[in-house]
Amino acid sequence: MSEPLIFHFDINGDDFSTAGQASVQIKKNLRQLGLSPEIIRRVSIAMYEGEINMVIHAHGGTADVKVFENYIEIILADNGPGIKDIDLAMKEGYSTASDTTRSLGFGAGMGLPNMKRYTDDIKIDSILDVGTVVTMRINIS
Amino acid sequence: MTVSELSAKCGFETVCVPDNKRQVSGAYIGDLLSWVMGRASADNAWITIMSNINVIAVAALTDVACVILAEDVCLDDEIVNTAKSKGVNVLKSSLSAYETAILLTDKI
Repeated sequence: MSEPLIFHFDINGDDFSTAGQASVQIKKNLRQLGLSPEIIRRVSIAMYEGEINMVIHAHGGTADVKVFENYIEIILADNGPGIKDIDLAMKEGYSTASDTTRSLGFGAGMGLPNMKRYTDDIKIDSILDVGTVVTMRINIS
Repeated sequence: MTVSELSAKCGFETVCVPDNKRQVSGAYIGDLLSWVMGRASADNAWITIMSNINVIAVAALTDVACVILAEDVCLDDEIVNTAKSKGVNVLKSSLSAYETAILLTDKI
């Protein structure tokens, strides 16, 4: 199998105004690769939700997008507080976000559910006080 | 119908329409950004009263055809410039979200 194309981004924490830059950039990159609009939309939204989560909860982190022949893998890693109860966090409407976050239109408890909705596979590894790694996969075919 | 045609027919104010040939199909009303990303479809007109910079990112990533700001909500100049640079169409309505949606009925 040929080597994947890899795009790496550092996500700036605590800044909602710049959140989404990596997702917008990956959208451009995937467009240039000629992927279908629906695949690009799914990757962009899943990644944006991840970016926002890292800004809200973890003071930023990193995002790596690997484009393989048949699928795209997104790996989001942070050194934040970790997720105490992953099942609960996956539930639509559950959120621990602050009022400030909510006033900006986030914190609806839809971040992780949306990441699951738009990807074919999602894996969350989280250790309290150490950090979280979210690995998502979107099939291309 | 294009965003420009829709705007003219409904009497919306044009905030910026960098992609004036964009076709509109269906609509979605919402202010919780993740909810919009989870539920709105590509090519929708998105009616909202939110006006922060993240609206532009969500519109771009969700691939909506345009944002319609209800209740005469205004965007800062800096945000309008971001919308232009990202190719996000933004219209404005003096009506409520509900009344704005009614105007769209049978047009898209």
